[in-house]
Amino acid sequence: MIHFVLLISRQGKVRLTKWYSPYSQKERSKVIRELSGLVISRGPKLCNFVEWRGLKVVYKRYASLYFCICNDQEDNELETLSIIHHYVETLDRYFGSVCELDLIFNFHKAYFILDEVLLAGMLQETSKRTTLRLIAAQEELVEAAKEEASSLSNIIAQATK
Amino acid sequence: MNPFSSGTRLRDMIRAIRACKTAAEERGVVRKECAAIRASINENDQDYRHRNMAKLMFIHMLGYPTHFGQMECLKLIASPGFPEKRIGYLGLMLLLDERQEVLMLVTNSLKQDLNHTNQYIVGLALCALGNICSAEMARDLAPEVERLLQFRDPNIRKKAALCSIRIIKKVPDLAENFINPATSLLREKHHGVLITGVQLCTDLCKTSTEALEHIRKKCTDGLVRSLRDLANSPYSPEYDIAGITDPFLHIRLLKLLRVLGEGDADASDSMNDILAQVATKTESNKVAGNAILYECVQTIMSIEDNGGLRVLAINILGRFLSNRDNNIRYVALNMLMRAVTADAQAVQRHRATILECVKDLDASIRKRALELVYVLVNETNVKPLVKELVDYLEVSDLDFREDLTTKICSIVAKFSPEKIWYIDQMLKVLSEAGNFVKDEVWYALIVVVSNASELHGYTVRALYRAFQTSAEQETLVRVTVWCIGEYGDMLVNNIGMLDIEDPITVTESDAVDVVEIAIKRHASDLTTKAMALVALLKLSSRFPSCSERIGEIIVQFKGNLVLELQQRAIEFNSVISKHQNIRSTLVERMPVLDEATFIGRRAGSLPGAASTATAPSVSLPNGLAKPAAPLVDLLDLSSDDPVAPSSSGGDFLQDLLGVDLSPASQQSGAGQASKSGTDVLLDLLSIGSPVQSNSVDILSSNTSNKAPVSPLDDLSSLSLSSRSASNAGPVIDLLGGISSSPPTENNGPVYPSVTAFESSSLRLTFNFTKQPGNPQTTVIQATFTNLSSNTYTDFVFQAAVPKFLQLHLDPASGNTLPATGNGSITQTLRVTNSQHGKKSLVMRIRIAYKINGKDTLEEGQISNFPRDL
Repeated sequence: MIHFVLLISRQGKVRLTKWYSPYSQKERSKVIRELSGLVISRGPKLCNFVEWRGLKVVYKRYASLYFCICNDQEDNELETLSIIHHYVETLDRYFGSVCELDLIFNFHKAYFILDEVLLAGMLQETSKRTTLRLIAAQEELVEAAKEEASSLSNIIAQATK
Repeated sequence: MNPFSSGTRLRDMIRAIRACKTAAEERGVVRKECAAIRASINENDQDYRHRNMAKLMFIHMLGYPTHFGQMECLKLIASPGFPEKRIGYLGLMLLLDERQEVLMLVTNSLKQDLNHTNQYIVGLALCALGNICSAEMARDLAPEVERLLQFRDPNIRKKAALCSIRIIKKVPDLAENFINPATSLLREKHHGVLITGVQLCTDLCKTSTEALEHIRKKCTDGLVRSLRDLANSPYSPEYDIAGITDPFLHIRLLKLLRVLGEGDADASDSMNDILAQVATKTESNKVAGNAILYECVQTIMSIEDNGGLRVLAINILGRFLSNRDNNIRYVALNMLMRAVTADAQAVQRHRATILECVKDLDASIRKRALELVYVLVNETNVKPLVKELVDYLEVSDLDFREDLTTKICSIVAKFSPEKIWYIDQMLKVLSEAGNFVKDEVWYALIVVVSNASELHGYTVRALYRAFQTSAEQETLVRVTVWCIGEYGDMLVNNIGMLDIEDPITVTESDAVDVVEIAIKRHASDLTTKAMALVALLKLSSRFPSCSERIGEIIVQFKGNLVLELQQRAIEFNSVISKHQNIRSTLVERMPVLDEATFIGRRAGSLPGAASTATAPSVSLPNGLAKPAAPLVDLLDLSSDDPVAPSSSGGDFLQDLLGVDLSPASQQSGAGQASKSGTDVLLDLLSIGSPVQSNSVDILSSNTSNKAPVSPLDDLSSLSLSSRSASNAGPVIDLLGGISSSPPTENNGPVYPSVTAFESSSLRLTFNFTKQPGNPQTTVIQATFTNLSSNTYTDFVFQAAVPKFLQLHLDPASGNTLPATGNGSITQTLRVTNSQHGKKSLVMRIRIAYKINGKDTLEEGQISNFPRDL
C-alpha cells in the first residue's frame, strides 16, 4: 500500500503532498524534511529506491521535480516506478507538456488528477484516457455551476435595479 | 464589506509568494493573506470561501499552520454546489488527518453525498472516505459503500472497491460483508473495476481466512483465465505500456494468485502454466516488463513447490543481478533474500556477484547486498567472506561502516571456527571501525580472550601493535587497556609465543605508556578512563619498576571533576601507598569469565529480578555481603575462606570496572554506588542510600548464579533496577518534604479578599478559594460594583495572563450593572499557576460597558494578589 505521495522541487520546496496513512501535521513536516534531504542528495546514476524507517521510498526525477512514493517494504518497486510514470504522463497529457509552473499555479488540478489515479493508497485507474475524461466531466460541472451563478446574479441585479 | 475580503486572486497570491526574495518576506506575505482569510472566515463570507480554501491549501503546502481553515472545509462540503464540494473535500483530505476530532462532524455530510444523485459528488465522497476515514466512520458508512459496489457506473464501483479496502483495514470484522460483492467484481471487463476488485480481494484474503477459502475455491480459475487473456491480448492503445497491455493489472493479478497459491497445492497447480508463460514470454527490456517478471518470480517462489518453475525464476534473478540498471539489480537482491529460504543452494551460486554489490557505489544496493551476504554465510564459507568484508571495511563509506561492522561482528561471533581466528578478525574490526562496535561485542571479545588462556600473550601483543596505529578507536583502546592490565607481564616477557608471531620488545614503561596515553587522551570517555585506572593499579603490582610513575598518574586524577574517576583515584592511591601487603593479592589476574553465562545472558529473556523490592537488605559488617556475590568474593580479602571465584558473565563488567574496594570505601558511604562505572547520574543519586543499592547487587548476583538464563544484558537491567531502588527513598523524601509543608488549610478560603481594581465609577473585588489537593489552581470570584449613578449595560469583563498562567473564565452572572451599588455582577475565574510557589499571579484586565449607549472602556493591571497563589 502507498503511505504517501510527495512532489518536491530540487530546492526542497513541496509541490504536492498526499497522505494515505495517518501522519500528524508535525510528523508530516518531519517526514518531508527527512526525505527531501535523503532523495535530493542522491546521485543521478543510483537506483531509485531508498529504504527509510522500515518503508521503501521510490522516487524519480522529472526535470526539476522529484516524484516520491512511499510504499510498504514488500511492494513491487518497479511497479511503483511505473505508477509514478503513469501519473506524470497523465499530467503531461492534461497540461500539454507539463512543467513545474503548471503544477504550482494549478496545484489543485494536480491533486484532482492524483485522486483519480490513486485512492486509499491503491491504484485506481490504469487508463489515462478514462482519467482525463472524468476530470473533463467534472470541470464541465464546475463551469456549468459558475455560469448558473453569474446568470443568477444578473437576474438579481436586474430585479433590484 | 471588509476591505480584506475581496482579497487577491489565488494566482496573484502565488505570484506574490514566489516573488519573495527572503524567507522573512514570504512569511510577511503569508501572514497578510492568512489575516485576510481569517477576516473573511469571521464574516462568514460565502463568495470567497472557495477561493480562500484554495489559498489555504497552498499556504499549507508551504508549511504554515492552517488549522483555522478546518471548519471551512466542512462548510464547503455541506454546501450544495459541486465546485464547493470538490474544493471542500480536497481541503479536508489535505488539512485534516483521521485523528482529528473535527473529522467526525463530516460523517453526516459524507453519508448524504454517498447517496447523492450526481455520480461525481458520490465519487468525491468516496474518495475522501477512502483516503482519510477513521474506524468509527468506516463502521458508520460501510453499508453505503457496500451498496455502491453495485452502482451502475463503473467509475463509482472502482472507487467503492478501494474504499472498502480502507474500511476493512480499519474494521476487520466487516470483511465478511464484502466477500460476495468483491468476488463479483472479479468478473468485470472494465480494467479499472477489475484491478480495484483484485486489490480488494487480495486484502480480504489477508484479513480473513474465510474469504481466502471462498475466493480460492470460487475464483482461482477465473483469475488464471483473466491473466491469460490479458497476456495474450492484442495491442490496445489505451492500456499499452512499452508493448504490454496494462502491466499494472498483470502485477495485481499475479499478486492475488500468489496469495491464493500459498499453502495450497491444487490452486498452485492450476496456475503453473500461466506463470511459466508470463515468466518466459514477457519482454524484459523496459521497466514495465521487468516489474511483471519481478512479481512473477515472487509468486513462483511463494506458491507450492514446482521444481521447473523455481529454476526458471532463479535464472531470471540471475539475469537481473547482472543487469547494468541499478534498479534491476536492487530488486534482484531484494528477491534473492526471499528466495534464500526456498532454495539456498541456488542463491549461493551468485555469491561472488552479491559480494561485489556490497561494494557498490549506491547505498541502497549495498545495504540489500550486505543483508543478503549475512544470510548466505555458513561454516564453510565464513573465512573468505569475512576476509572480503573486513578488507572492504577499510575503504567503505563512513555512514555504511556502522551497518557493516555490526554484521561482521555478528557473523564472526556466530560462525568462528576457532578462537584465534575470532580474535584476529575482531582485532581487525576494532582497529578499523572500533568506534562503531557495540558494547556487547567488545564485552564478548573480552570474555573470549579471558577463556583462551593459551592465547593471552598473543592477544595482548597483537593489541599492543594495533594500538600503535589505531589509538583513536575507543573500543580498541578499552580492550587493549583491559588486556594490558591483566596480561601486561606476558606482553613484556613475550610469554606464550606462538609460531606465527614476530617477537617484539616491549619494556615495562612502554606498556604503561599505552595506558597513560589512553587515560590522558581527551577523546577518551569515562568508561575508558576508569578502565585505564584499574589497569594502572594492576600494573603497579606487576611492574614494580614503574610503580612510582603509576602512583603519580593516579594522583593526578585525585582531583578529577568526575566523581567516579576521583573516587577511584583516591581509593587506588591509598591501596598503593598504604596497603602494600594486600596489593598483590588484590590485583591478581581475573578469574576466567564464564562464557556460558555471558552467552546465556545475551540470549536470555527478561530477568526474574522483579523481586528487587523485597530483597533482604543484608548489610553485613564491613559492608561485605556474603551470599555468593562474586564481586564481593573477589575482593573480600578479610575473609578466611574465600568462596571459589565463580564470576558470572553478567557481572563481569562490574568486576572489570567497579573494583569496588569495599573496606576502603565503606566508611565514606559513597563507594557503594560505583558499581556500574559508567553511570555517573546513578552514582550521584544513590549516594545517600548505600544499603539499597547493595541489596540490589546481591540479588542480581544471586539470580545470575543460579539461573544463567537471566536476561537482558548485564548493565542495563542492573543499573536500572538499582537506580529505581535507590532512588525511591530520597525522592519520596524530597517530595514529601514539599507536599507536606504547605499548611493543611487548603480546604477553606484563607486568603483575604482583595480590591483588585477601583476607579471613580467601578470597583472590582476578588475572593479566592483553592480546591483541596490542587494547589496550583485558584478559583477567583470577581464581584463588580457600580459606584456611579448611571446604569451600565453590555458589561463585559476581559482578562489576560502571562504564559505561565492558565485562565478560564466562566460566564458572568449578567451584563447589566445597576447604579450606585444597588447590585453587582459576579463572575468566576479559574487560574492555574504552572510556576506555583515561584511566581505569584498577575493579570491585566479590561472592562467594557455602555453608559446610556455610549461605549466606555476601563483597563488596568492587577498585581496585588496574595502571595503563594
